[in-house]
Amino acid sequence: MLTKRIIPCLDIKDGRTVKGVNFVSLRDAGDPVELATKYAMTGADELVFLDISATEQGRKTMADLVLQVAAAVDIPFTVGGGISSVADVEILLKNGADKVSINSSAVRRPALIKELSEAFGAQCVVVAIDAKKIDDQWWVHLVGGKQATDLDLFDWAKQAAQLGAGEILFTSMDHDGTKSGFANEALAKMSESVNIPIIASGGAGSMEDFYNSFTFGKADAALAASIFHYGEIGIPALKTFLKDKNIPVRL
Amino acid sequence: MNTVIVDYGAGNIQSVLFALERQGVKALLSHDLEVIEKADKVIFPGVGHAAAAMEKLQASGVDQLLPQLTQPVLGICLGMQLMCNRSEEGNTKGLGIFDVEVKAFEKKLKVPHIGWNTIAQLKGSLFNEIEENAYIYMVHSYYAALSSKTIAVCQYDIPYSAALAKDNFFGTQFHPEKSSTVGNKILENFLAL
Repeated sequence: MLTKRIIPCLDIKDGRTVKGVNFVSLRDAGDPVELATKYAMTGADELVFLDISATEQGRKTMADLVLQVAAAVDIPFTVGGGISSVADVEILLKNGADKVSINSSAVRRPALIKELSEAFGAQCVVVAIDAKKIDDQWWVHLVGGKQATDLDLFDWAKQAAQLGAGEILFTSMDHDGTKSGFANEALAKMSESVNIPIIASGGAGSMEDFYNSFTFGKADAALAASIFHYGEIGIPALKTFLKDKNIPVRL
Repeated sequence: MNTVIVDYGAGNIQSVLFALERQGVKALLSHDLEVIEKADKVIFPGVGHAAAAMEKLQASGVDQLLPQLTQPVLGICLGMQLMCNRSEEGNTKGLGIFDVEVKAFEKKLKVPHIGWNTIAQLKGSLFNEIEENAYIYMVHSYYAALSSKTIAVCQYDIPYSAALAKDNFFGTQFHPEKSSTVGNKILENFLAL
């Protein structure tokens, strides 16, 4: 039986792991290869690396880091941040990444989704969407949440799926960093409107939050960063908790 | 031992290379027909689109060589699908090693099928010391139907071939190089054939 995935996310700036609280203040959370290896050994199902350095030098560092991660871990991982072309993706996949995630660049140029899907297969293409609820409607935001758009979250998710996205990584800006649970209502609505897997992101604070994202939120996978990095929730304990509540997980 | 990974520009080659390295095996990447023919073990990876990959195989002549190999050959993911008769992905002919059709999942469940699933009804030495219902990592939108060559079954909407074998040819739909300790053991078993 297909299991629900637990995905630690590592935000990378100039080769180091950092985690923003509500995307602003950053705290160093260690060496990414070391962290990745630890997560792979303790039962993480996948890993996501988001490059937030957004400079030419930072991006080269990221490509090298991908190679080091691929050498060290035996579970799949996704790389995102600053990707805007087939050539950008080619080097990351060649270095051993399994998937890439694209966000602002896909909103600016939706054809990118199709290009990547055709070049590498839909299974490689994760479309990450950051959204915020304003006056009862979910709006897509760009540049780590700083820039609003006039795109409706669910319309954009549908369009991304039609263009060839293999998965959607949905981050609720309202929940991110709050540890108050995932945006389950929006997640469930998205899960019913597109036929590709949905990764829930933003708001994980307790084991119960993960349970709720899989049941009420109908998510296929749930992603979190700081609670894993700072050891607030251990992955083995989380998976045992979920299994005891009849959520299919890999143990 | 001389292990060659077929490099035809369609694959998760680096990950396979690293997985073998973690087992202490330094594999060679090659598209040279002579090098492939002389290898003790051949690994045939693949990610991407079946019809596009088949064209690359035809351009390199690997499509003619591969079915004639007599040493152990392991196709992974798209590699395994290309070893079948036909694929609905781009409606392409395969290498015809496994007399099996590759079909698209009906969209009753989410497609691609992504994540950790279980394999059962395990047969043969590829699965030595692997327990029934072991977890492996799957990521695919097309599947090989069940057949007499099925040596592992996975369930997603319907039961299908998680692995196939015929004589010296083996194929896994899942990614052993991304399937943690279970995957490492399966690769070790292949290398020990």
